[in-house]
This record gives sequence, structure tokens and C-alpha cells, in this order.
Amino acid sequence: MIYNVPYIAVVALVLIGLYAVVFKRNLIKIVIGILLIENGVNLFLITLAFRQDSTAPIYHGTGSRLMSLPIPHALTLTSIVIGVAVLALMLSLVIHIFRHYGTLDARKIGREEE
Amino acid sequence: MSLEQFIDLLIQHSPALIVAIPLIGAFLTPLIGKINDKVRNSFVIFIVLFTGFIVFLLANDIYSQWSKIHTYVFGGTAALKEGGFAIRILFEVDGMNIFMAIIVSILAIAGVIYSWAFMKENTGLDKYYTLLLLMIAGMFGMILTGDMFNFFVFLEITSIASCALIAFWTNKGKTVDAGFKYIVISAIGALFVLFAVAILYGQYNALNMAVLASKIQFSFLDKIALVLLITGLAMKAGIVPMHMWLPDAYGRAPSSVTLILIGATQASLYAALRMMFTVYGGKLTTTMNQIAELNIDLNLLLGIIIVGLALLTIFIGVLMALKENDFKRMIAFAAVAEIGYMILAIGAALTTIFSDTGATIGYMSLKGGIFHILNDALDVGLLFLVAGAIYYATKETSLNQLGGLARNMKYTTIFFLIGLLAVAGMPPMNGFASKLIIYESTYQVNPILAIIAILASILLLAVFVKVFHSAFLGPKLPKFEKVKEVPKSMLLAMGIIACIIIFIGLFPDLVVNNIVQPAVNALTNHSNYITTVTGGI
Repeated sequence: MIYNVPYIAVVALVLIGLYAVVFKRNLIKIVIGILLIENGVNLFLITLAFRQDSTAPIYHGTGSRLMSLPIPHALTLTSIVIGVAVLALMLSLVIHIFRHYGTLDARKIGREEE
Repeated sequence: MSLEQFIDLLIQHSPALIVAIPLIGAFLTPLIGKINDKVRNSFVIFIVLFTGFIVFLLANDIYSQWSKIHTYVFGGTAALKEGGFAIRILFEVDGMNIFMAIIVSILAIAGVIYSWAFMKENTGLDKYYTLLLLMIAGMFGMILTGDMFNFFVFLEITSIASCALIAFWTNKGKTVDAGFKYIVISAIGALFVLFAVAILYGQYNALNMAVLASKIQFSFLDKIALVLLITGLAMKAGIVPMHMWLPDAYGRAPSSVTLILIGATQASLYAALRMMFTVYGGKLTTTMNQIAELNIDLNLLLGIIIVGLALLTIFIGVLMALKENDFKRMIAFAAVAEIGYMILAIGAALTTIFSDTGATIGYMSLKGGIFHILNDALDVGLLFLVAGAIYYATKETSLNQLGGLARNMKYTTIFFLIGLLAVAGMPPMNGFASKLIIYESTYQVNPILAIIAILASILLLAVFVKVFHSAFLGPKLPKFEKVKEVPKSMLLAMGIIACIIIFIGLFPDLVVNNIVQPAVNALTNHSNYITTVTGGI
């Protein structure tokens, strides 16, 4: 049972993130929602790598011990780097939007006549 | 080394080069931009043309044999290590991949040539060209890769670059808004894909598409992964009800970017096809799904859902296009409708292709759908380029303000007429050829589908005839007295696409037999895709 807790956390994080993206009006909160989804997915990848009683996959000469899988760690690292890029881009767009409209309320953005 | 050996070497390494050359070009562009603008623009055009040349070489190689698959393993020759571990990243190019790569290279070449004059008056062009090449590299990566996680990485590269390009005109609030919408949708879509990849990896310890396809069991978790994959990719492909970003992004981005963005949406559509037919293809037929008392084939269920979404997409796209008053947004809604045609054909194919009786109908339907991917990219792309040309000449996009432009811009008018007839599916343009195949095959699946498709096509014609009338015909307006024809590079880009449209329209058989048929074979013959990598394990 205790090993299922991370999976429950993953689903909870993804659902909370989706809720924030769909129902929140503030653009910063939408960005936070996307980050929550991303963290949920990353946590999922890390959880997949873990085996009971395993150590980090680094050799340090103490004989063979059970190690967790290294590939999902590599995937998570890549995914985190991509996530930072997406986050930076989203926040820079939010800054531009705030400069144009003076608000972050999604209902008041992009409604003007040209 | 003789020339032939060099060409052989080039072909052998071509899948890596097709991605690597635009990527290196992207990072060289700002450096070369220090010299002057003309050298930089020529450099970017050279990079894209060279990539197109390698795509052509690879295509020539793949079409030389029936159902040939070119596998390129990074950092080694064998795809599998001992014990069947597929840890190397590999690119696997078959008829379907190369078909999409040809489309993307046509769009990329036309888009870069068009940018020369269209973006001339903007500042920050070094960054523009860098992002454009990054986006092209990402799209090629999405198309050619045979690895699930690699696909996710290229998906994100494409969406980050294209989002920055959509919001390129940051001085307009609506443009930035469109960019934000796009990044939200594509980030969520990509994360769904990553979630699905993680689910599949957790079960089968593989990221390689071919190895996954050979191992897949279709457990409950696999179904969740399939739903996540299709949802994520449908978001990026702009299928109703996830289409709301598309009119904004297509309508607000610079036209040259919109043209290449069409390639990005279609690369997502291609990925959905690859997941359905190759990764899940072997198990879709044999798995029954229990809904209440009813046992239903999974491919039938999936097909019916996709056909339903397709009808919605066609309807909403056409109806919104009818009431829209902004030139580019209207074409964007027409593009939504066109995507509907493709997935209508794909859905119809899914319902029939695995059964014994309807297999020929399914093949035909799939052929129509894949052929339409090519035609849609060209037709809608041409219309967007014309809309960009009109914006360039008049600085106006509202249809209420335009009129009488045919007198000043005669070449643009001709190109618009070609694009209009092609989108509406009128002979002798290419849209007619693929839509006829779709009508014929969907009629045999269910007559109502074909009737709705034809009706929507007629409505599309009505939409564009209205535009043609209000923008090009009518009396000369005094405020457009000084409007001139657009510069040569824009005419050249439109001319290239228009020539291909007319060529396909006149010789559809040639294209269907030589390019589309290998793509259909590659999709339906998924065991071939698997054994190339696993060697029949």
C-alpha cells in the first residue's frame, strides 16, 4: 500500500493542475497549473524507476546492490530542462500580455477591436 | 572518394542529417547575420534547400524498393543490444515518414522564400530565422523518429519555437494572446504524450516504437495510454473540441510562419496515425471491448469516435468560416474543416480496414486521407500566403475594408483563385482528387458521411467565393489607389505551391501510385516496421 502513495500523488497533481488550467482566470495560475501537471508526470517517471530497497544507480565499489533504473532518471532530467524552457517562454508572454492590457484576467484579454 | 560513394554515404546518414542541418543552421544564423541581411537570408534558403535535397535523395532511395525501411541507429549499427534491450535512439523512415518529410520540406522552402520580402521591414530577423530553422528541425525530428521519448523532445522543440514565432509581432496584444493560448495547449498536449510514454515504459521497459509495438498487450493501462496519446496529439492537431487555439494562432501569426505551422499540426496528425496503426495496430483488431451488454471491436469503437469528432470538426470549421469577417481567421477556420476531412477518412478507415469484408474500402479511405494531408497543406498554405500578400500590400485584413484588388494585384488574384478552387475540391485542382477518394470510400462505409462531407465542401466554396467577391472584385477603391503587386520573392513562393497544386490536380494518379500508396502500405503493414528493428524476435 505504501508504494502506491506516489501514484496517488501523481494523479492528484495532474488533476489539480488540469483543474487550475481549465477553471482559473488568472494567467499566472494557469501557468502554475501547467507546472503542476509537469511535476506530476515527472514524479510518475521517477516512481517507475524505483524498486524496493534500491539505491541510486551510481557504482561506488561496494559490490552489486539493487539499483533503481537509470533511464527514467535521464528522461526526467530532459523533461525538467524542457519544462524550464516552456515556463520561461510562458512567463515572458505573460509579461507582454500584462504590458498590453494591464491585467492578467483571461476574460479581459484579446477582446478589443482592431 | 567518388561522387557515388559520397551520395551513398549521404543517403546512409540522411535521417540524422535532415534534422541536424537545420539545427546547425539555426545556431549559425545569428553569426552570419552579423555580415549582412542578404547573406543571412541566402544562407537560410540554402540550408532549407539543402535539407530538401537530402529528403529528396532519401525519398528516391525509399521508393526504389517496395516497402523499404531505412533505419538509422545513433551511436551504433544494431538497434537492439543482447537480451533484447532497445536502449539506443533510432530513426526509422518508411513510406509514411518520408511522405510527411516531403510535405514539410515543400512548406519550409516556400515559407523561407516568402519571408525574404514579407518580413523585411521587421526588426529582430536574426531571431526570426533562428526560430524558423529550429521549428523546421523539430518538425523533421517528430516525423522521422522511431523513439517515443525522442518524439516528445522534438514535439516540445517544435512547439516552443512555433509559439515564439506566433507571438513574433509582440507589439500587438492579440498576437501575444494567441501565442499564450498555443503554448498552454501544446504544453498540456505534450505532457499527456509524456504521461502515456511513461505508462508504456513502465510496462514494457522500452521506448522504441517498433519494440513497443511487438510487445504491446493491450491491458487496461495501455488503453489509458492510447487515450492520452490521441488526446494530446489531437490537441496539437486542432481537432474540435480542442481547436480554439488554431484560428487565433493561424490568424495572428505572420503568414510565412502560418504556412510552416500547418506542417507542425500535420506532424502531430501523422504521429496520431503512427500510434494508432503501428504501435497499437497489431492489437486493435483482436481486442474486444465490453460496453454494458455489448461486445464491440476496439478498432470499431475508436473509428466511430474519430468519425464523430471529424464530423464536428468539419461542421464547426465551415460554419465559423461562414460568419468570420477577418481574412486570415476565416482561412484558419477553413483549415479546421480540412483537418476534419483527413480524420474523417482515417476514422472510416479504422472502422473497416481490419475486417475481412471491408478491407478494400478501408485501404481506399486511408489512401484518400493521407493524400488529403498533402493537398490540405498546399491548398490552405497557398491561401494563407495570399492573405499575407494582401496584408503586406494593403495593411488590412478585415473583409469589410477590402475591395477591387484584382486590378492592382493580378498575380495574387490568380493564385487566390487556384487556392480557392483547390480547397473547395473543384476539378482540376488537387483538392478534387483526394476529396473524391474520400467521398467514394466513406459513402461505402455510411452514405451519410459522404453527404455531409460534400455539403461542407460546397459551403467552403460559398465561403471563398464570398471572399473572392469582396476582396478582389468590385470597383476600385480610392484608398487602394497606390497598392502595388507584392515583391518577387513572395510571388515565387506562391508560384511554387500553385504549380505543385496544378501538377497534382492534373496527374493525381502519378502522385497516388508513387508517393501515397507506399505511405498506405507502410501504415497498414506494421509487422514490417517491427521486424526491421527486432529482427523477428
